[in-house]
Amino acid sequence: MLRPVRTILLAILFSVTSFARTASRNQEATHAGARSTRAEGLTAWQQIYSVMSHPRCINCHTDGDYPQQGDDRHRHLFNVVRGPEGKGVAALQCATCHQSSNADSTGMPGASGWHLAPLSMRWQDANDKIVPSSAVCKTVTDRTRNGGLDGAALVKHHQTELVKWAWQPGLRNDGTARSVPPINYEQFMAATRNWVQAGMPCPR
Amino acid sequence: METFKLTVNGQQKEVTADPGTPLLWVLREDVKMTGTKYGCGIAACGACTVHLGGVPTRSCVVPISLVGDRPIVTIEAMADDPVGRVVQDAWVSEDVVQCGYCQSGQIMSAVALLKNTPKPTDKDIEESMGGNLRVGMAHGADHREAITGVRHVQVREQHVEVFRSNATQGPTHTCCRDHLEPVALQRLPQHIAHGVIVLCQ
Repeated sequence: MLRPVRTILLAILFSVTSFARTASRNQEATHAGARSTRAEGLTAWQQIYSVMSHPRCINCHTDGDYPQQGDDRHRHLFNVVRGPEGKGVAALQCATCHQSSNADSTGMPGASGWHLAPLSMRWQDANDKIVPSSAVCKTVTDRTRNGGLDGAALVKHHQTELVKWAWQPGLRNDGTARSVPPINYEQFMAATRNWVQAGMPCPR
Repeated sequence: METFKLTVNGQQKEVTADPGTPLLWVLREDVKMTGTKYGCGIAACGACTVHLGGVPTRSCVVPISLVGDRPIVTIEAMADDPVGRVVQDAWVSEDVVQCGYCQSGQIMSAVALLKNTPKPTDKDIEESMGGNLRVGMAHGADHREAITGVRHVQVREQHVEVFRSNATQGPTHTCCRDHLEPVALQRLPQHIAHGVIVLCQ
């Protein structure tokens, strides 16, 4: 008599547990997105790299003692130099010209915290050539070089005002608009999340 | 047009201007402080340098709408500033000034450097003062005198080239380095077109 009842109770318990586990996974999936495969992650990385190698981003991820300007990525004019913290020097700081937002009336781009990426985050070589996708990926995922950022922190970094500026870079002093990365910001963030969920794979 | 409340050299000022008006022109035309100079309008020369919130700033590219509540300090205040006074005295004793047009900006940059770095190295001076265009002949310099010579500035969009010059070598035109041809002086204000700035394209 008891055995069938016990069996039924166990079955009910198993069903409830399974349902709870599935619900939790679904919630997690809904919250964080389903885990991507390595192939999906690599595809997402290529999208991210297409943004990182665009002038709006890479002009400040230089190897040298200076930032770059323009779509032709020439050396920043007016003898601007990196300085000890990537913010220029005492009387010629980044903030000497670049304010917390774009100044379209004068053609000066700006965003909060305007500064150079540290040399550990250089995405160009000593000859100002953009390094390959695999090398940039290794740099970005190396926590000894990227400021200790894990995947979640990298997602957050891509949400900072300075990164977002790449998609709203303002007008030049001749009134023309600066170019923007090849995918929009929402696509960039989706790619970032997919890549992180895939375990941040890098191309070989 | 909008009304903006500014703090200029410790005094409250209220101006009405288009939000996109560069701070330089608000200072010169609305506040009537003409010590800050217009040299290029594109942040290339440094003649318009003021201190904005303690930061040496090129006022020709900062619209009045972005100033906010940051205090503004101009060249007019330097005589009453301890470091500013020392710099001005050095400028006089070393006979730094030639035509003087760029010197407001030079002094503001030098003061910013010395307040940040009271004993700058030659490299510190070169880097900090390297963004201030100066025309004319070089002078000898020590650590307390920020000017060390004519600086080479190339602005590709406008192709402005400055003759590099010092007391012993004389002028050296380097416009041809980028296959540029010297054209004319017309596009530059006459008060800085002393024959040492050549427009190339």
